[in-house]
Amino acid sequence: MNSPYTPGIAAQRLDDDALSENFADLHAPLDAHEAAVAADRCYFCHDAPCTTACPTDIDIPLFIRQIATATPEAAAKTIFDMNILGGMCARVCPTEELCEQVCVREVAEGKPVEIGRLQRFATDAVMAKGVMPFTRAEPTGKKVAVVGAGPAGLSCAHRLAMLGHDVTVYDAKAKAGGLNEFGIAAYKSTDDFAAKEVEWLCSIGGIEIKTGMSLGAELKIDDLVGCFPAVFLSVGLGGVNALSIDGDDKDGVDDAVSFIEDLRQASELSSLPVGRNVVVIGGGMTAVDAAVQSKLLGADNVTIAYRRGRDAMSASRYEQDLAASHGVKLLFNVRPVEIHGNGASAEIELEYTQTKGGSLTGTGEKIRLPADQVFRAIGQTLTTDGGLKLDGRKIAVSETGKTSRAGVWAGGDCAAGGDDLTVTAVAEGRDAAMDIHATLMEGA
Amino acid sequence: MADLTTDFLGIKSPNPFWLASAPPTDKEYNVRRAFEAGWGGVVWKTLGSEGPPVVNVNGPRYGVIYGADRRVLGINNIELITDRDLYTNLEEIKRVKADYPDRAVIVSIMVPCEEEAWKAILPLVEDTGADGIELNFGCPHGMSERGMGAAVGQVPEYIEMVTRWCKQYYSKPVIVKLTPNITDVRKPAAAAKRGGADAVSLINTINSITSVNLDTMSPEPSIDGKGTHGGYCGPAVKPIAMSMVSEIARDPDTHGLPISGIGGVTTWRDAAEFITLGCGNVQVCTAAMTYGFKIVQEMISGLSQWMDEKGHTSIQDFMGAAVPNTTDWQYLNLNYVAKAKIDQDACISCGRCYAACEDTSHQAIAMSDDRTFTVIDEECVACNLCVDVCPVESCISMVALEPGTVDPRTGKTVEKDYANWTTHPNNPGAVAAE
Repeated sequence: MNSPYTPGIAAQRLDDDALSENFADLHAPLDAHEAAVAADRCYFCHDAPCTTACPTDIDIPLFIRQIATATPEAAAKTIFDMNILGGMCARVCPTEELCEQVCVREVAEGKPVEIGRLQRFATDAVMAKGVMPFTRAEPTGKKVAVVGAGPAGLSCAHRLAMLGHDVTVYDAKAKAGGLNEFGIAAYKSTDDFAAKEVEWLCSIGGIEIKTGMSLGAELKIDDLVGCFPAVFLSVGLGGVNALSIDGDDKDGVDDAVSFIEDLRQASELSSLPVGRNVVVIGGGMTAVDAAVQSKLLGADNVTIAYRRGRDAMSASRYEQDLAASHGVKLLFNVRPVEIHGNGASAEIELEYTQTKGGSLTGTGEKIRLPADQVFRAIGQTLTTDGGLKLDGRKIAVSETGKTSRAGVWAGGDCAAGGDDLTVTAVAEGRDAAMDIHATLMEGA
Repeated sequence: MADLTTDFLGIKSPNPFWLASAPPTDKEYNVRRAFEAGWGGVVWKTLGSEGPPVVNVNGPRYGVIYGADRRVLGINNIELITDRDLYTNLEEIKRVKADYPDRAVIVSIMVPCEEEAWKAILPLVEDTGADGIELNFGCPHGMSERGMGAAVGQVPEYIEMVTRWCKQYYSKPVIVKLTPNITDVRKPAAAAKRGGADAVSLINTINSITSVNLDTMSPEPSIDGKGTHGGYCGPAVKPIAMSMVSEIARDPDTHGLPISGIGGVTTWRDAAEFITLGCGNVQVCTAAMTYGFKIVQEMISGLSQWMDEKGHTSIQDFMGAAVPNTTDWQYLNLNYVAKAKIDQDACISCGRCYAACEDTSHQAIAMSDDRTFTVIDEECVACNLCVDVCPVESCISMVALEPGTVDPRTGKTVEKDYANWTTHPNNPGAVAAE
């Protein structure tokens, strides 16, 4: 048995009880009474700001009223009508920057209606019973390929299956779910929720999932286009940006996404090694997820080092505070310059930064932090573009997901436009499905 | 999904939710919005005789009663019948009905108690193609001072007379809307039936003053320092409305007379309750005025879900289902004995049950030093007050004692047979049980 003070990178820093407590649900589900009280606060606003703020346009006042009138199943249907992954979104949406930020009660009282938790109350009510509230339309005989079984791909596949098409979903990994399964902090998706959600979503029928198939290797876009009248690409961002500094190749310097993935897939949390002193480079959700989970695994000191100020961080203030409340130190306006150590990382050298004339420069002042483990979390990149036209560093798409190639649509993180959020991916998958449907049924 | 289609007097609508004759149904614009939002039907705001329309006050028309967090519990109003030209309304009704053939359009009418007045307006209404008429015998303010509205509704003979004229000069269903501002609602209902009414609708609004401004000493809503009684509606009036509906549903003279239920319907549950008490549909106003027309979506989804869960395939399946269980006090089973039971896991130790019971009831709840609240069965008369004031749903429940067990309060064994006041030994007029 190790402890948080065990030097280097080590597993079993905490005992099993402490680990399971640390990785329990971040927000416990509301019970019926709590849900009734929370729902009662909704004013049923007209043309509600919360709905406008929701990337999937869920009719939030209606579903909350349906909870208030003791019909959570009807509430769930209202949610799933617009967002079939409403269960996961209820857990991972940054509601503090979306629906809850614009809730009129947030504006008036600084306390929004708890939309995210209410959404979970409703969706859990239906999913726990294994009820799929949608049925398939008459079969159209049309086949569609979806590449990538993450939120965008699953949302697209479900909508297409509902409309009567047969969908084959390919995924490079051994399991479907994409970032829901591999890329989200464990305490946001407990009890194997992501896998259960995929199973539930597929229970509508007409969706076949083939794993271990990645675009560019087992799958070629030309072959797909030849076999399927419509192809939806939702391959996400497969590459991790390098730090490009001296020492980046030392042992103990890892990708934050790999760490998060290992954590989600681990059967025993105690088997996961983590450094005594961990430094995470980056300012997004991935950085926060890696930092907080390092702390929860028993790391003694965890620091997020971000090259700009707090306001520029893409992780919300809520997420920043979540990290701070777990004892993660947030260090702003510093950039990594070198990782020191004999073969393995021991220290990271950071330089303070300032913004001059719109560009970020070093001030020359440097500090060193002990760092047995350094996580890169400075963004991800598209690895497979399938020869499609790009917009910046992502696949160029129309409003409904059409790419530069006829018969090929794209959505989710691999496509240009929109925030890289689960809920945005769901909306893009859904809207592309509607456009694919319209295209396939032309003249039918 | 359950079929919510409703056939009321042969008038079909896709659901039992109609908007009541009131401000929300005064104009084509509103009614079209209502139909687009999903309402099954509307009763158009009351039309008056041809000629210069009535005028409304130019100050506040509404007063309000709030619950916690400014939740609207009741609204009263001093608005009159439509203040728009008769022919403008008739043209709009005709256009809307033509565009929404699947929705119910009923025209509310209030003209003087003279045969000629009714004879004049009814053919004009018939020409709109509307599905029926509703006679406004309920409006409690303004119009009643002119011998119309509630002034008619409070005189059963007038109701019967006017209803008869309507059946004579109009071919489609006639619904008589009743005022609650009367001692016994069965009398006007029976009069309507005698006059040939196809249905009654109730309740219209209740005479009310919602508040008094303590600075100006004027009742609200205040018009230049003076107020008047208005018609009260909204969730607060639902219990009064349901009682009146049940009286008509179970009275032998009026049993079976179709009823359109009105009074505080706000959720699917309210509607289901009115229907179980014998209503063929419900009419809604305050919920729409408080939350907008979209509110009907929850009513539709909720009623449909509940019907599915209960296995009801149509409104008819449960219409009137609670009427046989609505009885007089004297027929309640006095051998039924219950005791309150507090779920200690659910209890949050607020002590409201204790205060209510100790101060205002039977001192049947004990409180320990560590704020544990328990029922004293020896004192509990099962009055239900603790259940009613408990902030946690299902924390306190009423549990019936099994026959054969001894009620610790009375020391008597609980009998399994039904026995009521009519045969009770303490009743001076008791008759021997047969």
